[in-house]
Amino acid sequence: MVGAPYARTFPIAPGGIALFSYIVRRSLQAIPLLLLISVILYWILSNAPGGPLAPYLQNPHITAADIARLKHNFGLDQPLPIRYVRWLGMVLQGDLGYSNSNSESVTTAIVERIPATVLLSGTSLFLSLVIGISIGIFAAIKPYSTVDYIVTTLAFFGQSMPVFWFALMLQLAFAVGGITAFGYHFALPSAGISASDEFDLGDRIAHLILPTVVLSFLNIAVWSRFTRSSMLEVVKTDYMRTAAAKGLDRSKIILRHGLKNALIPVVTIIALSLPDLFSGAVVTETIFAWPGMGRLFFSALGQFDFSLLMGYLVIVSFLVVFFNLVADVAYAYLDPRVKYD
Amino acid sequence: MAITLVPGAIAAPNADDDFVLERRGVWKRFRKHKLALVGAFVLLAVTLIATFAKFLAPADPNFIDQANWSGYPLAPGVAGHILGTDENGRDLLSRLMYGAQISLMIAFFTVFLQLTIGTVIGAFAGYYGGLVDYILMRITDVFLSIPLLPLLLVLTAIVAASSNKASLGLGVIVVIIGGLSWPGVARLVRASFLSLREKEFCEAARALGNPDLRIIFRHLLPNAIAPIIVQGTLSVATVIIVESTLSFLGFGIQPPTASWGNMLANAESNMAIAPWVAIFPGLCILVTVLAINYLGDGLRDAIDPNMK
Repeated sequence: MVGAPYARTFPIAPGGIALFSYIVRRSLQAIPLLLLISVILYWILSNAPGGPLAPYLQNPHITAADIARLKHNFGLDQPLPIRYVRWLGMVLQGDLGYSNSNSESVTTAIVERIPATVLLSGTSLFLSLVIGISIGIFAAIKPYSTVDYIVTTLAFFGQSMPVFWFALMLQLAFAVGGITAFGYHFALPSAGISASDEFDLGDRIAHLILPTVVLSFLNIAVWSRFTRSSMLEVVKTDYMRTAAAKGLDRSKIILRHGLKNALIPVVTIIALSLPDLFSGAVVTETIFAWPGMGRLFFSALGQFDFSLLMGYLVIVSFLVVFFNLVADVAYAYLDPRVKYD
Repeated sequence: MAITLVPGAIAAPNADDDFVLERRGVWKRFRKHKLALVGAFVLLAVTLIATFAKFLAPADPNFIDQANWSGYPLAPGVAGHILGTDENGRDLLSRLMYGAQISLMIAFFTVFLQLTIGTVIGAFAGYYGGLVDYILMRITDVFLSIPLLPLLLVLTAIVAASSNKASLGLGVIVVIIGGLSWPGVARLVRASFLSLREKEFCEAARALGNPDLRIIFRHLLPNAIAPIIVQGTLSVATVIIVESTLSFLGFGIQPPTASWGNMLANAESNMAIAPWVAIFPGLCILVTVLAINYLGDGLRDAIDPNMK
């Protein structure tokens, strides 16, 4: 478990057999968890009126007899457990089913959206890491200074501001009327990934700015605060006092001796927030009409596209379980005091 | 009844004194956190305004000012609308006051439900351990692994579609959010109970023949309450944001009922001509949530200075 009170055990070399068997054991534990998640999701989604055939029910050209035939063809007249097992069998072969709202396979629909999501989330992740951790370290070097105070306040704002409203305010400030600076008047685009199909780097970057800022703000707020408090914990330790007693100045001690140790818990927090980034921030992508996975999910919701919703939720849950495991393994690997159990 | 001298009878008043002192310490530490005090004050003010919206609001929240409205939102100050009107000519300030009612009511009831479920599950898992713990924690893992917002969206969509009603009731939203957001609380309470059940007083309570339920809720729970209170306070802030997000996306509180989230839903299309419609509801959310977060931060520092 993350952050569990760890027992001080004597030397287990980082890596090696112990770590490997720990990874294997944790991976095996993840399998029943994923199965249970998929059972519950399948049960919840099958409660939707009309089930997978919901989009056809609204179509006046499709008669009751057609529906019955479709039901039989798709095996929907079978009991729920049988349908689930069939679905699972297909998923294990890499087939997530057919998306009614996109008229293509769910796998294709999702794979098509991955590049846009990775572009947005990757940029945001990179910026959040660099800015968030730097700010956190800077605040820890001079705790309770003006800079520290501003950082802490901003972190509180970041955690208290609804993402969608922040997005609206940025659109209002930079996209609706535009801004005049240095004698130029320009407006940032507020929707989409590009103005035309032809690739234009400047245009791509312009489209990326607002959604990236929205997506990064909360992460920067949380990660900088976390880095700061983790660093202040490390500063209290004996080895840091030793370094200080040798006459090194505070910023040097923090960067040379403290940073590596202070970042261990930060790595955990970051790993745990990765699934949110890569499942495509539903709200951000929807507001900025960004053609990623989050927006795909949201549009599927409007038409209740069973297979697509199921596929998306299962993939996203898988990411959560996977990055939880990565966080635990990274923690155990980076901190030799942690016992593998 | 015969009066007998038992050692415990002498010790008891002292224990009470300790308790009072302990509480004084909490208040003393809380008072030092100025922003937490401001937060508490702001939250109180918002709650009062929400409670007495009926008397304070300048107009009915759904009243359309036909006399002055001509299809576009009226600007702040025009025709007696202090904060202007929305795109349907309804007084913005009145809608914000009634929206506060909805947002706070949902948040308080949801957190109550979430704390109840989380506490019961966490307490049983931590107290009994073994197989009970294993099963309850695997269920908790499942709900922790499915991302909350997409799951909430799917569930509200299903409930809305199957209830044949145009609008989801406040109660439904409370049950859905509360019923899915308890795992964090459960883990927290379990951790406290794991250490509490090893303490001597728990041993003593068991030796006296108390039934398990009594030990859990009368002896152990009061000792685990501090982190639950802090978590609950911070959860109120989270739930306000979650509910407003759902309503903004069209899956929460449905118009014409005003909620801070759904008031922003149509603001985007009019943003160029009526930015106030987009600005004020969000400001209400920001100020309220910020106040609660500072209050929770102050409570955490005051109740348990070692907790972080």
